[in-house]
Amino acid sequence: MAQFLHKKRPKSQIIGEFFAEWGIRLTASFSIVVIFLIFIFVFREAGGLIFGTAKELKPKVEKKVEGADDLKPEIYNPETGEIAKIKEPEKKSSKKKEEKSIWQNLAGDAWQPVGKEPKYGILPLLSGTIKVTLVALFLATPLAIFAAIYTAFFASRRLREWIKPTVEILAGFPSVVLGFFCLVTIVKGVNFITTFIQPGLDAFASGLGYIMPFADSFFREAFTISEFHYSSFVGGIGLGLAVIPIIFTITEDALSAVPKSYREASLALGATEWETAFKVMLPAALPGVVAAVLLGIGRAFGETMIALMATGNAALMSWNIFHPVRTLAATIGSETGEVQWGSLHYNILFFLGILLFIVSFTINAITELFVKKYLAKKFQGA
Amino acid sequence: MNPESVAQKPNKKNVLEFFALGLPAFSAYALIILIILLLAHFIWHGMPGMSWAFLTESPRNNNTEGGIFPAIYGTVILVFIMSLLGVPIGTATAVYLSEYAKQSSVFARAVRFGVNTLAGVPSIVFGLFGVGFFMQFIGKGIDTTLGSDIWSKPSLLWSAATLSVLTLPVVIVSVEEALRTVPHELRAASLALGATKWQTIWKVVLPNSLTGILTGSILAIGRGAGEVAPVIFVGAVYSLPELPSSLTDQFMHMGYHIYVLATQSPNAAEALPLQYSSTLVLLLLAFSLNITAGLIRMRIRKNNS
Repeated sequence: MAQFLHKKRPKSQIIGEFFAEWGIRLTASFSIVVIFLIFIFVFREAGGLIFGTAKELKPKVEKKVEGADDLKPEIYNPETGEIAKIKEPEKKSSKKKEEKSIWQNLAGDAWQPVGKEPKYGILPLLSGTIKVTLVALFLATPLAIFAAIYTAFFASRRLREWIKPTVEILAGFPSVVLGFFCLVTIVKGVNFITTFIQPGLDAFASGLGYIMPFADSFFREAFTISEFHYSSFVGGIGLGLAVIPIIFTITEDALSAVPKSYREASLALGATEWETAFKVMLPAALPGVVAAVLLGIGRAFGETMIALMATGNAALMSWNIFHPVRTLAATIGSETGEVQWGSLHYNILFFLGILLFIVSFTINAITELFVKKYLAKKFQGA
Repeated sequence: MNPESVAQKPNKKNVLEFFALGLPAFSAYALIILIILLLAHFIWHGMPGMSWAFLTESPRNNNTEGGIFPAIYGTVILVFIMSLLGVPIGTATAVYLSEYAKQSSVFARAVRFGVNTLAGVPSIVFGLFGVGFFMQFIGKGIDTTLGSDIWSKPSLLWSAATLSVLTLPVVIVSVEEALRTVPHELRAASLALGATKWQTIWKVVLPNSLTGILTGSILAIGRGAGEVAPVIFVGAVYSLPELPSSLTDQFMHMGYHIYVLATQSPNAAEALPLQYSSTLVLLLLAFSLNITAGLIRMRIRKNNS
């Protein structure tokens, strides 16, 4: 059919059609292109760190790669790690040494980017981000998943039509508003409550320590209330609020996508409603639930404003959830505005950006390629 | 599961049942109450400071008096330019995904993966991208060609461009959904009358999903209006003597205003009442847009079912 229609069409129309289709295709590739651009250009600004100095980047890149290959076998063996110390990152001794000391500096446990001898240890930032993400997940995941189970299986239809939009309202809260809420209100509540609950926390910690004796001191440290106002706990509550709608929505979708036949079969075999929900439907939707939690982790890991406003922003390295932390995103958010452009500090902030990007990309790739494929396979023909 | 074994241990089962039914119900209601309390909190604290003057005046006396008009103006202009840049690209991508793409094609799957990945990238990374790509690459490129020095600086244009990239997935997802609700018969009828594919898309499919495109733009604007992290280094400033008048000007931003006021204000306690009002304005802006989009969406679904 298409062929004899084409014969009647004027040439201009065929050409127009061709350009329209390829114009649309080209525009559609924009999303992919942007992903690459983000990677390339954030990488490019971090380039000074990875390839030596910041200025005159392009020629340096090539030189450095060649030079590094030449130098490697000679110097690498005698100087294994400990000899080249963090001391002079700014001095231009040899390019090789400088590079090495920067990486050692990055692996340090202090983040003091301003001062005579700046320290760029990202370990406290990394541990802080992980800590606050864990707190957020610990608070948000059970609430969101249980609420999703209720919404998908137990709630009446009318109630369901109320619950979902209400949770979407929470999703619509700008993160700066949640951050402000933590900064002004939550912190008061937390400080008020924590004066009462230390015995409870002690009991909780020793309970965990009893179950896992090897980590006893760790748990005791983690749940000791400190005098700090803003902490990873306060920030974690805020991040939890931001993460709940994500986990809730995706879990609810996954649970609703389980075929009705599963439920009917289970009920027909004599299982009760709750047994069906927890032992049949939930396991069937598990990949979706995993995806929900993973995406929640991604959101909490990269969230800036809440972390910036509510976590206290001190780069402390401890496992106490009542100590302040400084997350990767918050560090970028608060320091990029004031840093001298092109300096080592500037490069390192972009390097932190790459870390965040890689984490979010990996999480997304896992959910996209692994979890969704698994779900699709599982319910095929069901 | 086995009825006999169940019947033998009624007590254990009762306890389990109590938790299995109780915990989900408790969580759901707790969540709803939490959200309602959160909203009530902001309305309660924000309403007293709301007035016509608050919405139309500039801040005075370290934000303890006056209004936030420049911040509202900046935010509105920002999201307007953002949607001008982002909506056409998002719509075209959605047209590709819904009209041209075959489900099995590698390119279509790559585009979908790109869109989903984009949706998951932390907003602060978009901020860095704005600095690295728009300001340092494109802006500097324009400056070197024209011999000027204004394009490589933080500005309204680069902030809008950064936000348009960030909100692209929102537009794509909701426009695609709208395109898919256009009945298949309409396309078939148009093609049968001899229209080409592009004519069908341009004259039949797109006009029929105009409200969907509108919804997508509104949702994107709602999202963009609340994002602060991406615009911190690409254009938002705390206070300005004048409203922005060109694309290369910097601007005041509601969210950034709230952030700076909350964390760096010399007299935070005195500024608090008006700050709650600013927060309420931002919330109302975001929610009114979201609710409008939701209502339009519901109407589309009803009309098509």
